[in-house]
Amino acid sequence: MTNHWTDYQHSDVFMNIGGNTAENHPISMKWIEKARETKGAKLIAVDPRISRTAAVADVYVSIRPGTNIAYLGGLINYIFENERYHQEYVANYTNASYLINENFSFDETTGLFNGAEDDPVRNATKYNTESWQYQRDADGNALKDPAMEDPNCVLQLMKNHYRMYTIDNVSKITGADPAALTESYDLFSSTGEPGKAGNLLYAMGITQFTHGAQNVRSCAIVQLLLGNMGIAGGGVNAQRGQSNVQGSTDMAILYHILPGYMGTPQQAAHPTLEDYLVKETPAAGWWTNKPKYLVSLLKAFYGDEATAANEFGYQWMPKLDGLDHSHIAQYKDMGEGKVEGMFCWADNPAVSGPSAANKRNYQKNLKWLVSVDVFENETASFWHGPGMNPAEIDTEVFILPGAIGYEKEGSKANSGRWIQWGWQAQKPPGDSKSDLWIVNELFKRIQSIYSAEGGVVPDAITKMFWDYDGPDGEVDIVKVCKDINGYRTTDGSLVTNFVGLQADGSTACGNWLYSGYYNNYEKPATKSRVKEKEGLGFNLGWSFAWPLNRRIVYNRASADLEGKPWNPDAPVVWWDEAQQKWVGNDIPDIPGSWTLEQSTENPFIMLPEGVGRLYSHSALKDGPLPAHYEPAESLVPNLLYPQATYNPVSQRFYADHTVETAEERERYPYIITTYRIVEHFQTGIVTRNLPWLNELMPELFIEISEELADEIGVNNGDKVIIESKRLFKDGDQSGIEAKACITKRFKPMVIDGEARHVVGMPWHWGFKGMSTGSVTNDLTASVGDANTTIPEYKAFLCNVRRAV
Amino acid sequence: MAKPICLIDASKCIGCRGCQVACKQWNQNPAEETTFTGSYENPPALSSTTWMRIMFREQETESGSVEWLMAKQGCMHCAEASCMMACPAGAIYRTEYDTVMVDELKCIGCNYCVAACPFHVIGFDRLANKARKCTFCLDRLENGLKPACANACPTGSITFGDSRELISKARVRVEALQAAGKVNARMYGLDEVGGTGMLYVLADKPEKYGFPADPQVPIQTRFWNTIYAPLRVFVVIAVALGLWSNRAQSKRVEENKAKSK
Amino acid sequence: MQLTRRSFLKLTGAAAATATLAGVGLNKASASAAEPLRIKHTKEYPTTCTFCGVGCGVICSVRDGLVVNAEGDPGHPINEGTLCSKGSSLFNISYMFEEKGKPVPNPKRLTKPLYRAPGASSYEEKEWDDVLEMIAQRVKDTRDRTLVETVDVGGQQVTVNRTEAISWLGSAFCTDEENYLFHKMARGMGVINIDHCARL
Repeated sequence: MTNHWTDYQHSDVFMNIGGNTAENHPISMKWIEKARETKGAKLIAVDPRISRTAAVADVYVSIRPGTNIAYLGGLINYIFENERYHQEYVANYTNASYLINENFSFDETTGLFNGAEDDPVRNATKYNTESWQYQRDADGNALKDPAMEDPNCVLQLMKNHYRMYTIDNVSKITGADPAALTESYDLFSSTGEPGKAGNLLYAMGITQFTHGAQNVRSCAIVQLLLGNMGIAGGGVNAQRGQSNVQGSTDMAILYHILPGYMGTPQQAAHPTLEDYLVKETPAAGWWTNKPKYLVSLLKAFYGDEATAANEFGYQWMPKLDGLDHSHIAQYKDMGEGKVEGMFCWADNPAVSGPSAANKRNYQKNLKWLVSVDVFENETASFWHGPGMNPAEIDTEVFILPGAIGYEKEGSKANSGRWIQWGWQAQKPPGDSKSDLWIVNELFKRIQSIYSAEGGVVPDAITKMFWDYDGPDGEVDIVKVCKDINGYRTTDGSLVTNFVGLQADGSTACGNWLYSGYYNNYEKPATKSRVKEKEGLGFNLGWSFAWPLNRRIVYNRASADLEGKPWNPDAPVVWWDEAQQKWVGNDIPDIPGSWTLEQSTENPFIMLPEGVGRLYSHSALKDGPLPAHYEPAESLVPNLLYPQATYNPVSQRFYADHTVETAEERERYPYIITTYRIVEHFQTGIVTRNLPWLNELMPELFIEISEELADEIGVNNGDKVIIESKRLFKDGDQSGIEAKACITKRFKPMVIDGEARHVVGMPWHWGFKGMSTGSVTNDLTASVGDANTTIPEYKAFLCNVRRAV
Repeated sequence: MAKPICLIDASKCIGCRGCQVACKQWNQNPAEETTFTGSYENPPALSSTTWMRIMFREQETESGSVEWLMAKQGCMHCAEASCMMACPAGAIYRTEYDTVMVDELKCIGCNYCVAACPFHVIGFDRLANKARKCTFCLDRLENGLKPACANACPTGSITFGDSRELISKARVRVEALQAAGKVNARMYGLDEVGGTGMLYVLADKPEKYGFPADPQVPIQTRFWNTIYAPLRVFVVIAVALGLWSNRAQSKRVEENKAKSK
Repeated sequence: MQLTRRSFLKLTGAAAATATLAGVGLNKASASAAEPLRIKHTKEYPTTCTFCGVGCGVICSVRDGLVVNAEGDPGHPINEGTLCSKGSSLFNISYMFEEKGKPVPNPKRLTKPLYRAPGASSYEEKEWDDVLEMIAQRVKDTRDRTLVETVDVGGQQVTVNRTEAISWLGSAFCTDEENYLFHKMARGMGVINIDHCARL
């Protein structure tokens, strides 16, 4: 989230798209309700069905799963046509005036940007992005047209690109009622008025598509156009589904990054540390500091063993081969026998991964599997799942009993980037241990084996700095906090924040973004519990928010060119003439030494150009502007770009895996989407073992409209079978079972004149625990977004029939 | 004297059921074994271990749009409490906070209160042979804490406070809902059964949510109470003597109640 | 920082009563038959809810080293005491009720390291020392057989020190400190197959 939860009280209009905030983040509704009560705020819910959020929304728009770009494109077009954009903001704080290379083009027949090439490695399309770049003068400065009239300027290119996203077209594609479209567009775009705040909140209903990253881009474009970035009550607010998914992402439990969002070294581009630093450090913007952060990270990793002479241990770290190593790719490798061991920490991919039945089969190829969890989960016990013969499965499985939140201490970052400390209330039961204890003991063992026996490149392991034992021989979390916060290698003293980090090895820091969260031992910021008595809800004395305890990122943009807040009722930061610096209710997102002019030219300090990118010339692999593509499985053609279908750059791993032919579309005639419910959590392995929650939601169900129920002859509460192409094996159709929830909240959708049925299912069930049920993800496809490879869980095709 | 009540604004309920679990958590009640029967609503009825729950109702409005109504069901803590009138043992009493409590020590398990309650909120523990229901978290009230349900509610759908303050707040809210086109919006529990300790703001008619449209103290209960109340001591003895047959009957009542849901 | 001396629920509860219920008389002693407050004489530990990303504050009341109550922290700026159904059920992770008022440990909690041998049809209980040693040996065996030290990139030998034979998944359920060590350990072993539910 660019903003944070208590900041929601300042919004004038909320748009909850691709999320279901009342169910999945219920406490958000506390602040949405407050805004409704105190300032008459409105809530728009965009969802294929009436969710618990839609039930309390002021405006509800029903769209077909997988058509968010069309819906948001319609909003962008509406903003242009009705001149709802925030003129001064767009002209000065975004790249709207930048000129793009004259060769840039988009083909409205093929749905391809120029520069498309075959990608033989992935058997897909890739783009050469050379011609998507800014026009530059001889000195390398980007050219602009301040009047924003040049046909090659970003604003004009966008107006042209989005002109096809008319109410009529969007209605045809999404199935939404035109009146509801107009009402929602009119309401949300009203926040383009200076001083008004529009809040765009979403979750996995935006990201889990083969075009998920472009969905997010669409949200960012809307918010930049309306001047909603950086202001109180504004923002692009990705509501995180797990208590520390923000923190685990910050700590880079992802193949492609290191802690603090620095790319993992690649073999081709970064053979040496110097190569990495030269190529990955931009000429301008905050990332010019990257060498300080990376070298400090290496010092935290390798301690005294990291010296300038050995590239600070850079060569000990693994380098990537340029290929995808995300979840789907890993399991594909596992299926091909390339992966023989797996660690699973409080993770249950045998339920949460796409085409999960196939995944459980691939796990048979593992020699060993380590699962750390508080309850026995389906991933660890895949070998006695449905259709498994344990005698034929040679995988050794280790289940290590872990601890739940209040049984251990430590910090977690919420969606608003608040890094909050939790104290240990009781010991974990029996012999179970915190994950911190387990990871510490495990790596100590591995180090001591390599120290004693040697092995292949033992230095990579033995030279790693790993000294986290306390005086009692148990892991001491404060030592880990010191590593993460950063310290001076000269005397071991904690650094105040990342401004103190150096690239010469004199500082160590495990994650520059967290620097400052534990910068003293007596009263570390993360443990601070001073609740604001009055104010705007920033609560600067409560925990620590990265970066630098800042609560709203890009907050310089909350003030006009002279540094006066657009909204004087909720002023975030402002320019103090007397002191000649930025001051305010939040930590200004501007270096303290900057003049007003510098800050006005560079309100978005992370980017080299210093302004928000309406048009993203290189960040995404599948185009500088979002364009409507169908999901990988769809019943309808691309109604906007006739020769296009799904995202041509998206990640496809298996042949004959998705519905392609007319015959198959007849076999799987219904659109299906998956989601979560408030009563259960993710794969359910915790909540299906909680009797109070099983009482509320005891069994897996599928929501279907009354109309479809009539067609297939199903009564409320009946058992039904759901089939998808993933479960069509050896000529036999196998499906999963669920109970029917026949509801008025789903309605058939009319897409381009034809009625289509949409159904939906939660995915919290599996075959272990107190409450068991089918694995919904047995149905989903292993296809991924072009940029992130997040699977397309939210839109695919199925058949539903009565269980005999 | 002002009294504490809960204001339950159904138009703000998001059905998250934080209240429903918080009630069990605080009162240390076990979970019930349930099945999915086609609705989010569960358990299907209140019981001796489920003292409140959220009711979910779907309906199509005249304009063709679909509404999903949600509201808390639980003891209303009525001013004219049918259960108190029906109880032959004097086990149901009014606290100084004007809430209605079952004194388990005095409860003889006759089940009359269960049958008399117009809101169907009293559960019966067959094993212990005791009537059980919401206590308005009396132990919390006495220690300056809000009832567990009101404490948990994220949206302010359940608030706790001074009755005068909350009644006027409810009035304002009803007016706002009516102005927004909810023509059937109303207060519920202000006048019903003498006024209730759980005052509702409903966006539609009570029956649309699953509440009785016009809750009344059953005539036989009123009759019983006025005629026989002075003779309660003898009644207790009589009832105690015939307890074994009552137990059988109470079992039947429970079963019928479960069936009728 | 000595947090356990403070009393979040009682202090803030009393404050709330003063603010909203002045004149109601809630502070009066009652002659009713209610049980005494069951969180009296407990130590209170603040933590955050283990479920979604809102980060609600939770107060765990502890007696004799065991949690006896877990409810919303009224002093927390985000949730101000409120919790959803999942948040309200935290207590159930450790204890459940078969009978009113009598908590028993949740029988499904794992309390011992478990090991499943190849082809076996059940788990056997193990001691920590044994499983840690066994896992460390498996890691070494796999890593030493599969580690790629260098590759040829355009005629140049580039050090890559990676193995694709080990996968690492998770976790958004763990703390920042745990995740930091996860990352460190995984990279230390040369693992590049790293992912977790941020992508799922």
